[in-house]
Amino acid sequence: MSALIEIDRLTKNFGGFTAVDDVSFTVARGEVLGFLGPNGAGKSTTMKMLAGFVTPSSGTARICGEDVVDRPVAAKRHLGYLPEGAPTYPEMTVAAFLAFVAHVRGFRGSEAADRIAHAMRLTTLEGVRLQPIETLSKGFKRRVGLAQALLHDPPVLVLDEPTDGLDPNQKHEVRRLIAQMAPNKAIIISTHILEEVSAICSRAIIIARGQVLADSTPAELAGRGSSLDAVFRDLTLPKEVA
Amino acid sequence: MGGALTVARRELSGYFATPVAYVFIVIFLIMSGALTFTLGNFFGRGTADLQPFFGFVPWLFLFLVPALTMRLWAEERRLGTIELLLTLPITQWQAVLGKFLAAWAFCAIALVLTFPLVLTVNYLGNPDNGVIVTGYVGCLLVAGTYLAVGAAISALTKNQVIAFVLAVAVCFLFAAAGSPVVTEFLSTRIPALAEIARGISITDRLNGFSRGVVTLRDLIFFASFIGFWLFANAVAVDHRKAD
Repeated sequence: MSALIEIDRLTKNFGGFTAVDDVSFTVARGEVLGFLGPNGAGKSTTMKMLAGFVTPSSGTARICGEDVVDRPVAAKRHLGYLPEGAPTYPEMTVAAFLAFVAHVRGFRGSEAADRIAHAMRLTTLEGVRLQPIETLSKGFKRRVGLAQALLHDPPVLVLDEPTDGLDPNQKHEVRRLIAQMAPNKAIIISTHILEEVSAICSRAIIIARGQVLADSTPAELAGRGSSLDAVFRDLTLPKEVA
Repeated sequence: MGGALTVARRELSGYFATPVAYVFIVIFLIMSGALTFTLGNFFGRGTADLQPFFGFVPWLFLFLVPALTMRLWAEERRLGTIELLLTLPITQWQAVLGKFLAAWAFCAIALVLTFPLVLTVNYLGNPDNGVIVTGYVGCLLVAGTYLAVGAAISALTKNQVIAFVLAVAVCFLFAAAGSPVVTEFLSTRIPALAEIARGISITDRLNGFSRGVVTLRDLIFFASFIGFWLFANAVAVDHRKAD
């Protein structure tokens, strides 16, 4: 089985600024890739290109072999995507929002109901299913975004800061959920929390100024210095000119 | 088409989940009724028809429709939901069409709710109900053209006020292009432009409908006008979606 996610020389320029510079990597089934980097490093832009939201300046990406530029709808069918900040329609109830996503994804009738119920169970949203999303706390909103991404049980998950804004218990829940799904999927998560990477990721990529600086297992990366934190700082801070 | 209808259904229920729908409908009904009976001299005219009503509706829509469209894309951008919508497995074209259809259906609902006028005029006299039907069709087509213009402009900016003002200005251009003031001014100065102005005028096209005359030319005009602006909308969404 070839890689489920293939990123192939992906580049994005905004005006004269290069946000993502010739990035290539692949993620196979069973891998959980932690995507690390300082703010503005190009993490989100890379994920947006993979999700088909931002059009690459050059290069491309494939999800389950489907090119995100040439066959965007086919690629998106295989993808569960949690955008940064987990945007949702505030006036909709949790149930109505998930029903909308299920409908767009082509599920009807009892299958749609089963999928929605399953996604709500995974993210423990049953208690708030009839509440408008705008009345929910940040942690619940994040979980609605997560439920939306998991609804169709996609082979590829791209989660932009899935645990941002969650309390420690909720963080633990989400990590457990990701670990539980990991064997059957290719997952990319971006995060600022380095211990999260050690806890759930089988591989870590450090990106800064649009370029991949390191690609290894979290343990191997941490072994390069005194801790993963130190290695991260060492790699991403601009080098002092001697 | 399925994707577009799903988007349309969500949008339409979104209107009714917020006060937007109720404010729009109530103001539209009050204004259209009041104008018809006062300025339109409904009772004094001595004819049983809805000509005054059909005369005012396009001008009401000129302000109310841009108020509806200004948030179509601007709001999605502000909330970030545009990223969610456009990473679902639908084409951008389906998203554009879905939003347009929802807003259009909403305008149709507002128009249907003016039915007491139809009942009144039928109670008082013996109107030609065929003309009333074509008049309503004409109003719906005008709403469609304003919606298509407003939605395309909304896709260009994050700012709802800018979207509103620009949409009113552009819609006014097409509404006023056929008015005597404009055509007389142009035909004395620039005769070539007068003909073009008359050609793109929305109100000119509507006159036929409110007299009960529906021509293929007018239908093609409205269809291509709406089609053009929806295309512009899709292009604008594609270019500006991630800004």
